[in-house]
Amino acid sequence: MLLGRNAGSLFWMARYVERAENMARLVEVSYRISLMPKPFRTHTNDWRSVLVSAQCEATFDENYDEATPENVIQHLVLDRTNPSSIRSCMESARSNGRSVRTALSRDVWESLNSTWNELSQLRASQLSSDKLPGLLDWIKQRSMLFRGAMLGTALRLDSFHFSQMGAFVERADNTARILDVKYHILLPRGSGPGSAIDQQQWASLLRSVSAHRAYRWAYKDASYQPWNVAQFLILNPAMPRSLVFCYNWINRSLMDLAEDYGETWPCHDTANRTDKMLKAADMERIFQSGLHEFLTSFIVDNNRLTSEVASAYNFQ
Amino acid sequence: MAENFNEMMGPDGEVRAPYVILKDWLDTQSPADLRAKIREAEAIFRRLGITFAVYGNEDASERLIPFDIIPRIFAASEWRRLEAGIRQRVAALNAFIDDIYHRQEILRAGRVPAELVLQNEAYLPQMAGMTPARNVYAHIIGTDIVRVGEDEFYVLEDNCRTPSGVSYMLEDREAMMYLFPELFARHRVAAIEHYPQMLRGTLDSVAPAHCDGEPECVVLTPGIYNSAFFEHAFLADEMGVQLCTGDDLYVDDGCVYMRTTRKPVRVDVIYRRIDDAFLDPLTFNPDSTLGVPGLFDAYRAGRVTIVNAPGTGIADDKAIYSFMPDIVEFYTGEKPLLNNVPTWRCSEEESLKYVLDNLADLVVKEVHGSGGYGMLVGPTASKKEIAKFREILKKRPGNYIAQPTLALSSAPTFVKKGVAPRHVDLRPFVLTGDQIRITPGGFTRVAMKQGSLVVNSSQGGGTKDTWVLED
Repeated sequence: MLLGRNAGSLFWMARYVERAENMARLVEVSYRISLMPKPFRTHTNDWRSVLVSAQCEATFDENYDEATPENVIQHLVLDRTNPSSIRSCMESARSNGRSVRTALSRDVWESLNSTWNELSQLRASQLSSDKLPGLLDWIKQRSMLFRGAMLGTALRLDSFHFSQMGAFVERADNTARILDVKYHILLPRGSGPGSAIDQQQWASLLRSVSAHRAYRWAYKDASYQPWNVAQFLILNPAMPRSLVFCYNWINRSLMDLAEDYGETWPCHDTANRTDKMLKAADMERIFQSGLHEFLTSFIVDNNRLTSEVASAYNFQ
Repeated sequence: MAENFNEMMGPDGEVRAPYVILKDWLDTQSPADLRAKIREAEAIFRRLGITFAVYGNEDASERLIPFDIIPRIFAASEWRRLEAGIRQRVAALNAFIDDIYHRQEILRAGRVPAELVLQNEAYLPQMAGMTPARNVYAHIIGTDIVRVGEDEFYVLEDNCRTPSGVSYMLEDREAMMYLFPELFARHRVAAIEHYPQMLRGTLDSVAPAHCDGEPECVVLTPGIYNSAFFEHAFLADEMGVQLCTGDDLYVDDGCVYMRTTRKPVRVDVIYRRIDDAFLDPLTFNPDSTLGVPGLFDAYRAGRVTIVNAPGTGIADDKAIYSFMPDIVEFYTGEKPLLNNVPTWRCSEEESLKYVLDNLADLVVKEVHGSGGYGMLVGPTASKKEIAKFREILKKRPGNYIAQPTLALSSAPTFVKKGVAPRHVDLRPFVLTGDQIRITPGGFTRVAMKQGSLVVNSSQGGGTKDTWVLED
C-alpha cells in the first residue's frame, strides 16, 4: 500500500534531483561559453539567455539589477529565493525524500541526505569561479549516485514507478525547453556546414544535455547538422535524453502501474498518445509544421500529464 | 547540597559492581581513540539523518543530540526494583484517567481536589464517559526517573501524552554495538531492539472490537518540520506501518480512511504524535491543519482507537503530580514503590510564600511546560534571573510548582578533559495494552556541562546507551 501523498513525494523527489542535475549542466555550458573568445559570444548578453533557458528570468529580475555572470551563477546555483536553484532543488528533493523515508532504501536516502548536508554548508563567498566547475561536477555526480542507488536498490514496486515518472517527466521537459529556446538556430537554412559560430551553438546545445560526444557516435557527420541535432534530441530512441526515450520510459512506468493496480486513468491515454506520436514522427514533418509549435505543444501535454497523474493517484 | 551519588565510583573509591568490567576497559582506552569513536558515531548519525530540530534556532534547525559513548549501567537487581515501581505507577495512572472520565471516585473521596482536575486545561470534558478498548488511555508512558542514592529513586514526571526519545534509545544501542562490539562480548546486556515489535503488539491489542483480521495501524505525525519527525518515521518503518499526516486521513461514514494510490484503506489504530488540541479541528482547535476533521466523533463511536487517548495530559499535569502517592494508593491499595519529589503548589498561599522565600534553593517549573523551557533552577541561576522569575511567579502563581533541587546521580561521561562524572536522568518507556510491557533500561539523558542539572536535549543535554545487566 502506498499513501497518495507519498507517491507524490516520490515523484517530486526524483524530479527535483533531475532538475538540479540539468541546472548544473546548463550553468556549466554557459560558463564555458563565457570563457570563449568574443566572436563566439553571439548574444548581446549570453547570461540573460541562460536565465531564459532555465526559466528563471522572473525570479532573477526580482532580486538582481544586472545579469552579470556572478549574479546569474549565484541565482542558479545557491540562491534560496529561486525555487529552481540547484540548492533549492536539492533541498526540496531531500524534504520530499525525508517525508517518505520509510519508502526509500537506506542507500537512496543517504545519497540525498549527505548531498544536502554538504550543499547546505556552502556559502556564496565560496563560489569563486575557479571552484564552480568542480562544484557542478560534484552535483552531477551526486545526482547520478542517487539514480544509481535507486536503480540498484529500490524494489520494483509502485513506489519505484512514481519516482521514475518524476525523473523522466522532468527530463523531457528540460530537453524540450532547451530545444525551444534555441529552436531558431536549428531551422534549415539551405546547404553548407554552417559557420563556426553555428557549429559552436549546436555544440553547446548538445553539451547542455551531455550529448556532444554521443552525437559523434550516432551520426557520422564531420560537422554538426542542425537537422540531425534536432532528430537526436527528439526522436532518437537510443539517446537517453531524447523526448522519445523519456516517453517510452514514462509509458512503461504507467503500464506497470496499471498492471499492478488493475486500473487505468486518463494519464495512461495521454502518455500513450504522446509515446505513439513520437515513435511515428519524422523530422521533416516536424520542421514543416513548425519546430517551435511542436515543442510548445509537447511541453503543454507533458505538464498536463503531471496533473493527470497527480489526480489519478491522489498526490494531494 | 549533599554529595551527588556517583553510579560508577563508591564513596571510598571502590568501583560499584555493575561498572567493574567497564572501568577496567575504560582504563585501557586512550582519549584519542575514544574521541575518534565519537566522531565515527556522529558521522553515522548525521548520514542517517538522526537529527533533532531545536525550536527558535534557525541556523542549526537540524542538530545532532550529543551522544556519549560510555554506557550507563544498572544491575539486574536494581532494575527489578525500578521495574516493579514503574509497573505499579503506570497501572495507577491508567486507573486514575479512567476514573476521572467516569465515576470520579477519587474526587468524591476528596483525595484529589475536584477543581484541580475539572478546571484543568488538560482535562477534556469531551472524554467524559468515553471507554476506550481495554480501558487503556495512556498506552505509552515515559516515566522520568532520577537517582539520588544507592536505593533512592524519584519519579520526576510521568509523560502520558506523546513521550519521545525512544528512537534515540534504540539508535544509541545500535551505535554502541557497532563501535564497541568487544564490550557487549564482556557483558550480558538485556536486549531492547524488540521495542518496535512490542509497540506494534500493543497497538494491535487495542484495535476496536469490530476489527477482525490484522488491524491497520498508522503513525500520525505533524510532518517533517516537527522536532521528533525522525522518530515518527523510524517507528513507522520499524513497525511496518504507514506514516501519515492529517491530510492523508479522512473520515467517511463514521470511519477513518487513508488516501492511497488506490482504494481508500480503513484505519483501526492511530498512534498519534500530535497534541490533543490539533487532533480534530471540528472538536478542538478549529485552526488546526494538522489533524483530521471528524476524527474525534469516529473515536467516540468506537470506530478507531487513538493512542494515547485524548485527555491523558491530565495525568502528567505537574499540579496533579503532587498527588501521585495518594493516586497510587487509592487505585492499587499499595504503598508507592517509587518516591515522588516533594512539590509545592504555588497556587496555595502558604506554599507560594515558602517558594518565594527559598527561590535560590528550588526548581520552579511551569505546570503545563515541557522540554526545560520556562523553568528556574535556583541554585545555578544568577541573582538577576531569580529576581526576574520572582516577578513572573507573583503574577501567575497558579501556573507554577516548585521542588527541591535533587542531587542527581552522575555517571561517567566522556568530555573534553577525558572521563568525568556528569548528571543523568532516565526515561524508561512503558507500554500498556493487553499487558504492561517495559523495555529494560530506557533513554538516559546526560547534562554535558559540569555541574549542570538540566538534561533536556533542547538545552544541550546529551544521550547515553543504558544497559541493564542480566543475572
